[in-house]
Amino acid sequence: MSRSRRWCDTRDRAILPSPPAEKAEGRFAALRLDPRGRVLAAVAFSVVVAVANGFATLAAALVLTILAVLSCGWPVAVVLRRLAPLNSLLLALVAILPWTVAGDPLWQAGPLTYSSEGLRLAARIALKGNAIVLSLLLLLGSLDGITLGRALAQLRLPDKLIHLLLFTIRYLEVLGREYGRLRVAMRTRGFRARFNRHTWRSYGHLIGMLLVRSLDRAERIGAAMKCRGFRGRFYLGERLVFSQHDAWFAVAATAVLLGLVFVEWFVWSR
Amino acid sequence: MEPLIQFNEVGFAYDPQRPVLADCDFQLQAGQRVGLIGANGSGKTTLLALTVGLLKPTAGRIKAFGRVRSCEADFHEVRCRAGLLFQDTDDQLFCPTVAEDVAFGPLNLGLARREVERIVSRTLDSLGLAGYESRVTYRLSGGEKRLVALATLLAMNPDVLLLDEPATGLDEQATERVLETLERLPQAMLIVSHDRAFLRRLAHSALRLNRGRLEPGEGQL
Repeated sequence: MSRSRRWCDTRDRAILPSPPAEKAEGRFAALRLDPRGRVLAAVAFSVVVAVANGFATLAAALVLTILAVLSCGWPVAVVLRRLAPLNSLLLALVAILPWTVAGDPLWQAGPLTYSSEGLRLAARIALKGNAIVLSLLLLLGSLDGITLGRALAQLRLPDKLIHLLLFTIRYLEVLGREYGRLRVAMRTRGFRARFNRHTWRSYGHLIGMLLVRSLDRAERIGAAMKCRGFRGRFYLGERLVFSQHDAWFAVAATAVLLGLVFVEWFVWSR
Repeated sequence: MEPLIQFNEVGFAYDPQRPVLADCDFQLQAGQRVGLIGANGSGKTTLLALTVGLLKPTAGRIKAFGRVRSCEADFHEVRCRAGLLFQDTDDQLFCPTVAEDVAFGPLNLGLARREVERIVSRTLDSLGLAGYESRVTYRLSGGEKRLVALATLLAMNPDVLLLDEPATGLDEQATERVLETLERLPQAMLIVSHDRAFLRRLAHSALRLNRGRLEPGEGQL
């Protein structure tokens, strides 16, 4: 990555999001947790938060994740930037959803009512969304794709899915470079995107060419694998180890989850 | 001694009207290094693909390691004993890290993981790539990629190396490093290249593909 970049560089297009800098993770990285534990914790947390309905539970989950993310040293600006796309979507939801849910009217505009039930539903979704995204950022945001792939493989996810993930990681950049070269080739002959037939047709050619080249490449990669004796079985790297840190992490994660479940059942339902 | 690879009147065509190869005869002996030259599109890569059974000849017979090879199962054994270096290393290196890529072949041979680890570090050492184990393959330089690709082949301990443009796209220094590495290897080689100086140093003899036919190419080097 650090080598000098050519003029047909595609980095500025961020096709492959660069892994977040290690420093962003700070104290959490220092624990060197087993990625499997992190994946499981993220899934469990997401499920609990997605199923929960109580405002107390959801607020607690959100506050916890915010505190965790900040105390691990993620810069606030980075966190906000990661949350921005989700929240712009949620804003639209808050604007639209209450009009479509029946309930006590807050406002009335002709036959349409902006219901408080709808607003509460939208708020719940917003809390859930932010808490889940923050937890994923905390637990998985700093794993590189390769480690994530290995962790998933050892959690016994289907081989085909793992292969898809790993091949995607491996070849995204190659395809991105190919796309960049084709774009440069177009630009050097004076192409500029406009709103006309020529532009659409050219983009069609570009995407078509990219597909054809990818297929060709896939065939060559398949051939290269066969040349090295591949017969359908894939061997991934060494096994991950579960350390004492991981045990503590598992205990802490379980405690947090049980706490949330407790709030949901005993505090909220009363 | 019986040749490692032997083509008998081999022909190949995608379209019968326009054969790519016709009546190709050649032999590769143990330890022999043969250069293969010819214009673009003259069928050099096709010839390599035929050797390891990625393509099947439409005429003639291919003998490898003492047996006539025709079906996929025959060629599986050939591929484990003849390493093909691809023109584009991005096609060849598909594992996330160097160590995993080098280990891929030996693991396919059914070797134990510990043994494979030994092979990986020994192979990388022998190519001056010690310490590259956990490097990410797509972030290597062109020269490093070529050497790692070579390491992935050598890890399978092949008898024959089929090299498709091993020096293309490399700068002088990287070319020199690849060349020196190849000169030290005992394997028989079939080397496709446009670089005459490269072939003059490496190859013992040369063949030229001209209009789909093989002819002696010594004078061309």
